[in-house]
Amino acid sequence: MSQAQQIQAAPANSWKMLQAMVGIGILCALLIVLTFQGTLERIENNRAEALEKAIFNVIPGISKKKTFTIGADNEIMEVKGDEASGQLIYAGYDENNELVGLAIEAAGMGYADIIRILYGYDPEKQVVFGFNVMETKETPGLGDKIEKDPRFLANFEALDVSLDEQAQDLNHDVVTVKQGEKENPWEIDGITGATISSRAIGNIIRSSTEELLPVIYNNLNAFTYENE
Amino acid sequence: MSDQSVKKGESGFLATLKGSPSTDEFIKGLWKDNPVFVQVLGMCPVLAVSNTAINALAMGLATTFVMLMSNILVSSLRNFIPKQVRIASYILIIATFVTITDYMIAFISVELHKALGAFISLIVVNCLILSRAEAFASKNTIGKSILDALGMGVGFTFALFCLGAVREILGNGTFFDMAILPGSFQEWIVMILPAGGFFTLAIWLLIFNAAKAKKATA
Repeated sequence: MSQAQQIQAAPANSWKMLQAMVGIGILCALLIVLTFQGTLERIENNRAEALEKAIFNVIPGISKKKTFTIGADNEIMEVKGDEASGQLIYAGYDENNELVGLAIEAAGMGYADIIRILYGYDPEKQVVFGFNVMETKETPGLGDKIEKDPRFLANFEALDVSLDEQAQDLNHDVVTVKQGEKENPWEIDGITGATISSRAIGNIIRSSTEELLPVIYNNLNAFTYENE
Repeated sequence: MSDQSVKKGESGFLATLKGSPSTDEFIKGLWKDNPVFVQVLGMCPVLAVSNTAINALAMGLATTFVMLMSNILVSSLRNFIPKQVRIASYILIIATFVTITDYMIAFISVELHKALGAFISLIVVNCLILSRAEAFASKNTIGKSILDALGMGVGFTFALFCLGAVREILGNGTFFDMAILPGSFQEWIVMILPAGGFFTLAIWLLIFNAAKAKKATA
């Protein structure tokens, strides 16, 4: 091959490379977009269904629910339709439209990534009485025990989160202790082998209850069921 | 890899299955060129996701799907992709199918997605898939590439399952989340931790190579 031919061959070759890369790029982008569009509706339905299931799971014995959010000046407002954003609180009611409990969304850093949970709050007894992990990337087989281990989940049948007399602060902060060392109703019995994940759950519930429960407890009337 | 070497040295039921070259492409991934036990490829997901039997199985199936789809696309585009940009193209194709798999799993079930979400993205870094694209699909017809991907996928899933089953039984006392060892059994937590993955893999490789050596001398 002469030098002149070589120089001519080079741009033709890079044109081919460009064609291949751009072509494959467009093809791949198209495939992803098509899959995304095709699956979007069902995935959103699945998510909504899972959320609904989780709410009915953390507040036992309810027949309907409403969604609320906390506004800028600690005002509790009902959320209508699908436009949910910010701190969400789901109120569960029995057949007589009596408030049974609240399901509160909370999130915090776990071992691998952010853990999102939903916990049920009983305003009458002032306890956490339900718990559900919504999203976690904790190590399979170890950290994911926070959603499977029945002994750990038993912590959330009646976890004490009672407020002090002024209803401004918790009597006792929620804290995770070592496995088998739980003595008080506000302690969470941890998991050996998932120390960080179980401690993270304690921290998430503590910061969420510290921040939200005084606001919620002083505005319980906002959750009264009203017929439209 | 050594696609020609398949032609020789098989015995027993494998020999009866032989005959057409297409079954060879499938069979070789199961045993002779098993991606984990012989080629020792894709160790990152093998060690990371084999701590329970169900995780191992799910990871194996997801990897098989990605490998199958990327092999089909790489094989059909093999005359179009210039040599210089082939690796970049393959990675683009593999990453696309991993993303699609992620959506598909969320489409099937949120529960399943929740369980697998942490390690679906790990499939991208599985060098087994890239090696099949580079060593096989880019040089063979679509039909052969499909068989190759299926064989390698089944072999990979089988190997992952071997590791996952041992690690789950010893490390957690369960098999597919069902307790099978008595309650008095003290779980070997190390088996679920990364170190246990290395131990188990080493023991399986030992068994596999001993069996192969015995067959060679026989």
